[in-house]
Amino acid sequence: MLAMNYRGPFRVRADHKPDPVIEHPGDAIIRVTRSCICGSDLHLYHGLVPDTRVGTTFGHEFVGIVEEVGSQVKKLKVGDHVLVPFNVFCGSCFFCQKELYGNCHNTNAQASAVGGIYGYSHTAGGYDGGQAEFVRVPMADIGPTVIPPDLDEDDAVLLTDALPTGYQAAEMGDISEGDTVVVFGAGPVGIFAAKSAWLLGAGRVIVVDHVEYRLDFVRRYAQCEVVNFREVDDMALHIKKMTDWLGADVCIDAVGCEAAGSAAQTITGVYTMMQAGSATALHWCINSVRKGGNVSIVGVYGPTFNAIPIGNALNKGLTLRMNQASVKRHLPRLIEHIQAGRIDPKQIITHRVPLEEVSDAYHIFSSKLDNCIKTVLIPPSANQVRAVTSTAKN
Amino acid sequence: MAHESDNKHEHDGNHDHGSDLAVFQHGRPPVDRSSIQGWGADLDHKNRPAYPMERTPPRIDAPLTQPEQQPRNVEVLVSLERPHITPLFGSPNPPRGVSGMVRRAAFKETENDIRHWLLLMLADRIDVVEGLVDDLARGHVPNILGEMGIKAEWQHNKKGLAQKVAIGAAVAGVAWYFLSRRDRD
Repeated sequence: MLAMNYRGPFRVRADHKPDPVIEHPGDAIIRVTRSCICGSDLHLYHGLVPDTRVGTTFGHEFVGIVEEVGSQVKKLKVGDHVLVPFNVFCGSCFFCQKELYGNCHNTNAQASAVGGIYGYSHTAGGYDGGQAEFVRVPMADIGPTVIPPDLDEDDAVLLTDALPTGYQAAEMGDISEGDTVVVFGAGPVGIFAAKSAWLLGAGRVIVVDHVEYRLDFVRRYAQCEVVNFREVDDMALHIKKMTDWLGADVCIDAVGCEAAGSAAQTITGVYTMMQAGSATALHWCINSVRKGGNVSIVGVYGPTFNAIPIGNALNKGLTLRMNQASVKRHLPRLIEHIQAGRIDPKQIITHRVPLEEVSDAYHIFSSKLDNCIKTVLIPPSANQVRAVTSTAKN
Repeated sequence: MAHESDNKHEHDGNHDHGSDLAVFQHGRPPVDRSSIQGWGADLDHKNRPAYPMERTPPRIDAPLTQPEQQPRNVEVLVSLERPHITPLFGSPNPPRGVSGMVRRAAFKETENDIRHWLLLMLADRIDVVEGLVDDLARGHVPNILGEMGIKAEWQHNKKGLAQKVAIGAAVAGVAWYFLSRRDRD
């Protein structure tokens, strides 16, 4: 099959690899029809996540058609069109029983802090991802969700990570009616966090970034106020000024370990890796939120230490909440939101690229070229599959 | 697989919350909610999928038994912070060569130990060199510039590409100058 192949920092290519096989009776093999490049894939692409092995296929956002199922799979059938949450999870362990599917204890042998994630290094379980023609999906009766017939495939692929993560970011902020919410980062997750903040009753939503085209997009798509942090002297001071010197009620870090905006953080966190990525956005969250406010973190950080102002968080009495999104928990409600027209996720897709051109797709997204917001990769067999499936159904 | 009751939301978009917003927004005028599709649809906590954060029992219909053990046909490194291998794991790209030896050493330390992560980062860098050797060994000369997306850079950022080429040429020129001067000395 054709698959994305990681060769080292800033180097990926489309390669021929062996097809995945059923390795466990609960597995399914999915023929991928759409996969996305996620902002957090860039942390892998830039070599910042430990145990990212050469030869790995990335891609934790994908939808596709069930090609084959293992002997224990009862609910999923060959030919089903499914969206697959980015978490690999069992549904039955201590954490899954608390609906913490992002923290499943049965799917990642190589680290205890995080559950399994498709195509996200061996630190997240060593599974190959969906930027390929086929992918192995463990616990096929638990993770995948059959796509409702009236749901667009492009909306479905954004339900595998970006939209639920943005929604969970807003929800972890515990927004009350009228709250002022500041979202750091105008990438796909930040855009969806801003949109979700309105659904949760925010009174004011401000999005911070430094790329003008992304700020223009979020202003139009999510009706937010925007701030370009390159144009202000001090981010926390600017938010204080905007909020009658109190600070925001809720701040959301939708950036993670590659945040720009502080030379010291960038040098120590990105260039020299003396800490697990640059924590600039998190600094700004803690220092821009009001006393007693909430900080919500969904930007991805590495597993080692970071220099963050925990003393300020203590003195301000903040509530900090953070997690990988437990996608499955959010799907029923988010599908309702899409069907009711409250949110239209596919509007953020700016690029549709053949899988064969994955090197250029990564470079465009990583370097923010061509006004890129979100890239979808389409494998060569995607269209052919639909024809086969419709024949099978008839 | 949500229970039926989870799909009933009686408050979607039907809010009438008076004029107290200005107070909550620190003196700012209230926003025009009519322009915001779905505003407040999930204001009521019962409409929120994750509220409270840890919900028991879960909404999915999963068997309450440990999954069957996946056969271990390749070497899988196991964190010291769990007693056994997990029932499910990823099998591609098992440890190999020198990078694999460093990874095995890393897994002799816990996740709590910084050496674990630093050794893994070192192994990743060694793995890149081994990947190049692998490519060459099977007769494939990797198109490194192509893998880095030079075609897209040429299409969308000619100025940036020219700057990078100029900086690269300048660095190479300075290096060549100092090396050739040392040779003369």
